[in-house]
Amino acid sequence: MAKPKDVTDAEFEQEVLKADLPVLVDFWAPWCGPCRMVAPIVEELAQEYDGKVKFVKVNTDDNVDTAVRYGIRSIPTLLVFKGGEPVAQVIGFRPKSELKKVLEKALS
Amino acid sequence: MALEYDIVIVGGGPAGLAAGLYAARARRRTALLEKGVIGGQISLTETIENYPGIESIGGFDLAQAMLRQAESYGLETHYVAATGLEQADGKWVVRTDEEEFVAKAVIITAGADYNRLGVPGEERLTGRGVSYCATCDAAFFKDEEVAVVGGGDAAMDEGLFTSRYASKVYVVHRRDQLRASRILQERAFANPKMHFIWNTVVTEILGEEAVEGARLRNVVTGEESVLPVKAVFIFIGHHPNTDWLRGLVPMDNGGHIVVNEWMETGLPGLFAAGDVRRNAARQVVSSAGDGATAAIAADRYISEHFRE
Repeated sequence: MAKPKDVTDAEFEQEVLKADLPVLVDFWAPWCGPCRMVAPIVEELAQEYDGKVKFVKVNTDDNVDTAVRYGIRSIPTLLVFKGGEPVAQVIGFRPKSELKKVLEKALS
Repeated sequence: MALEYDIVIVGGGPAGLAAGLYAARARRRTALLEKGVIGGQISLTETIENYPGIESIGGFDLAQAMLRQAESYGLETHYVAATGLEQADGKWVVRTDEEEFVAKAVIITAGADYNRLGVPGEERLTGRGVSYCATCDAAFFKDEEVAVVGGGDAAMDEGLFTSRYASKVYVVHRRDQLRASRILQERAFANPKMHFIWNTVVTEILGEEAVEGARLRNVVTGEESVLPVKAVFIFIGHHPNTDWLRGLVPMDNGGHIVVNEWMETGLPGLFAAGDVRRNAARQVVSSAGDGATAAIAADRYISEHFRE
């Protein structure tokens, strides 16, 4: 079962930057309504892309350093990392079909 | 393969959710199509305190409660974006970015989307300090100075919310008085963090990687200045999401769909409710009322025009 894992500032390098697979990072916070809409979509994508893409979540309230490092000024923001570098970014709520297109492009 | 329903509702804000509740309780097979977030504009609203019977509730939570209630009676929700609408064999076909939906009656509750300023820097810096949702983004500007553009209810509401985090909130408004409701004006004027810049428009948003300021012009004196802020929150009204219906449904010059008091568009089996319609009061409760009216009218239309 692939469920997006919560990642902290301390774990970010190991879990995301040094990951073997591409990683989709969901930047969110508990008070953000649209983030609560994105979460179930990210969970579905995590099932569909199991083994191909790793999915993690970063709570921006608790992990300010990571949010600041990647210039997160709006949530939800999704970042796709490949080889330790961000290669795609989605700011704001987007339907699942659009997120799949972003992932497919990042994977190709 | 097209999906067949009695009633298809396009848009999941308060109008669509209320229509869904009424249509499902009328035992009509009903689908609600939503392209983004359930609740629409209210899902981005921090607190709603003018929905009768509910003293105070988060906009997102109210929308979720409306959705649960409607789904408990059988409403089916599909997360797709409607792209077109046409008549076929006495029914309606709603085209989307995924499946097609066929329905005996269609209720358009596509709501309204926020207006953009249309100035240089705005699009490039969206998500990097330019925001249309203070409840989403204000927390990233703790102890910073920010600007709110606009003078209506949304601008005051979001400005007040932003003041919980920001050290200073400049309200930039093109006129010399606010359009917001009295109670919100009182709260805004009483808030020591809120500062008002009257008769002024934003002409450019400055910054490379992130917002560093806003260029302003006083519309009376013509004087230009730069306001050094880290964020610009923009609340300058809305436009109805009806571009995809142009040429099909009668609209006013602003793109609002013209309906009668039963939310009928004049095309058989096609209804419109909430912020997409002409003369809407643009409140959660009035949109919900519109949605209920449209669903009752759609139910009656189906009874009269289809053999059951």
